Amino acid sequence: MKGSDVVIEHVRKSFGDFKALDDVSVGIRKGEFFSLLGPSGCGKTTLLRIIAGFESPEGGAVLLDGRDVSPLPPDARHVNTVFQNYALFPHLSVFENVAFSLRLKKAPESEIKAKVAEYLQLVELQAHAHKKPSQLSGGQKQRVAIARALINEPSVLLLDEPLSALDAKLRQHMLIELDSIHDKIGITFIYVTHDQQEALSVSDRIAVMNAGEVLQIGTPQEIYESPATDFVAKFIGETNLYEADVASVSGETVDLSVDGFGTVKVTATEPPPVGSRVSWTIRPEKVRIGLEEPKSARNGINAIAGVVDEPIYSGFQSKFYVRTPSGLVLKVIKQHADWSDDGPEIAWKDSVWLSFSAEDAYIVEVKR
Amino acid sequence: MSRPATRRRSSFSRSVFVGTIVFLSLPLFVLVLYSFNASKSGSWTGFSLRWYVKLFTDSPQLWRAFGNSAIVALSSALVATVIGTLGAVAVNWYKFRLRAYLRTITFLPMILPEIIIGVSLLIFFSGIGMRLSLFTVFVAHVSFNLPFVFLLVLARLEEFDFSIIEAARDLGASERQTLLKVILPLSMPGIVSGFLTAVTLSLEDFVITFFVTGPGATTLPLYVYSAIRFGVSPVINALSVVMILGTVLLTWSTRNFLKYIAAK
Repeated sequence: MKGSDVVIEHVRKSFGDFKALDDVSVGIRKGEFFSLLGPSGCGKTTLLRIIAGFESPEGGAVLLDGRDVSPLPPDARHVNTVFQNYALFPHLSVFENVAFSLRLKKAPESEIKAKVAEYLQLVELQAHAHKKPSQLSGGQKQRVAIARALINEPSVLLLDEPLSALDAKLRQHMLIELDSIHDKIGITFIYVTHDQQEALSVSDRIAVMNAGEVLQIGTPQEIYESPATDFVAKFIGETNLYEADVASVSGETVDLSVDGFGTVKVTATEPPPVGSRVSWTIRPEKVRIGLEEPKSARNGINAIAGVVDEPIYSGFQSKFYVRTPSGLVLKVIKQHADWSDDGPEIAWKDSVWLSFSAEDAYIVEVKR
Repeated sequence: MSRPATRRRSSFSRSVFVGTIVFLSLPLFVLVLYSFNASKSGSWTGFSLRWYVKLFTDSPQLWRAFGNSAIVALSSALVATVIGTLGAVAVNWYKFRLRAYLRTITFLPMILPEIIIGVSLLIFFSGIGMRLSLFTVFVAHVSFNLPFVFLLVLARLEEFDFSIIEAARDLGASERQTLLKVILPLSMPGIVSGFLTAVTLSLEDFVITFFVTGPGATTLPLYVYSAIRFGVSPVINALSVVMILGTVLLTWSTRNFLKYIAAK
């Protein structure tokens, strides 16, 4: 693996009374595609700007391959940035934009020509070398920005919401392209985004941030399947999140008594003591919905009756809001499979049965 | 907004248009006409180029005044452009206390009546014991030209996303390289129009110059004013025509230059 590892140690930063980063520590491995994910104002961009050198932290350190770079100005760090609004130089052609850092280093003309051609090839923009940024589309500008940042052969590439200015289809396409560029170049990518879908699909690991703190660091699977806090559970994907009391514990299976609802079996690797107040979650796509009561109500399967409050059809899948007699509403997502097992259509006001395995339901936080 | 093409222009708007054009250009037309008048008096006595001949061959005082004006205009515009540009870059680039205050106070000379600036400069120069001369005229012109350059360059800089400065730094440019390779090329149209505005303002200034000029430092507007006090000389008419031509030529070439920069 090329690239550098980046270690953020106890970094603090505030703007006036606003605490942008509150004792943040993150370890990013060599060559990793690492995402900083969180809502706007969570501090992710500030952290990126501290790594780039545009902001200086009030405390803590930023280590690149073990060396503290926090006192260095941006031009002395072996790190380059792809900016949110591209930040291309409007007075220079595509070629000169990409060549900018080589010209600063006074590289020989032949080397500049060869390397710019190589990196324009990487982002498939050879045909546009002579154009001005104003003549390019949004996606092309983004690619120029990427080539310009990579030509310096940085050990870390910082990407600040690079796709947010593109439309949805193009964003999907650029995301795949970014991923393949990462595979080809093999340096460390640090990717800032508020879009959980983007982060889940390309990252090796994700740090979920909120209000200046890192809430959880893990692979996309870990973040999605076992969120560490209520915030992470709600922020990543769609979820059902409820509070309940622990009624009984047997091994890793926990019986929860959900307020005004009854008992639900869930899994916990470290079960909290009986009587604790907890939050628990079940992902909507892990809940099965049907018109008939599930026949084989095995041990560890929760079966719940309810009425469809609102069916939302969206082509390949449907979402149902199902109200149980106690008033609790569960979100359920049903994938439309092939002809063989799509089952009868479920409509508004239908009485339905929901079932889910205790293994798919998790305790997230222990409240007390 | 589109209008039906068939709709007739109202005769009112047409007469306002024609009236405005006549009102604006009739004096100029009379001026041009009389510069070719054979006689010195107000009545037309025939076509002649004698005032042009006199202007170019036999008006040493006028040309000395023109020379003074040219020296002051070019040097004060140059100095004002350098200071104004650097000031605009600093205000745009760095965040410091009193930044907003500095921006506002720089505009002050633009708003204040010229007579106040003239008087205050005169008091200032005599206060520090500086003898009035072409140099004091130069200093005065720099001070009233500065805000225009500052404003024009700042307006240009504010059109750009600030992150291009960070991008330059990120790509390895030092502060100086960022200034030379990104900021100055980008603000060039603002700098050029600032310089030309400064030259124009300096060339035509009468009131402030009147207060701060000293013996032997007569500028062209001051000379024209003193010449006209003894009756309108047709040489001044001829000079005016030459200057109108010069202005048209300068405006035209500036526009082309700015277009050329924008296209580059």
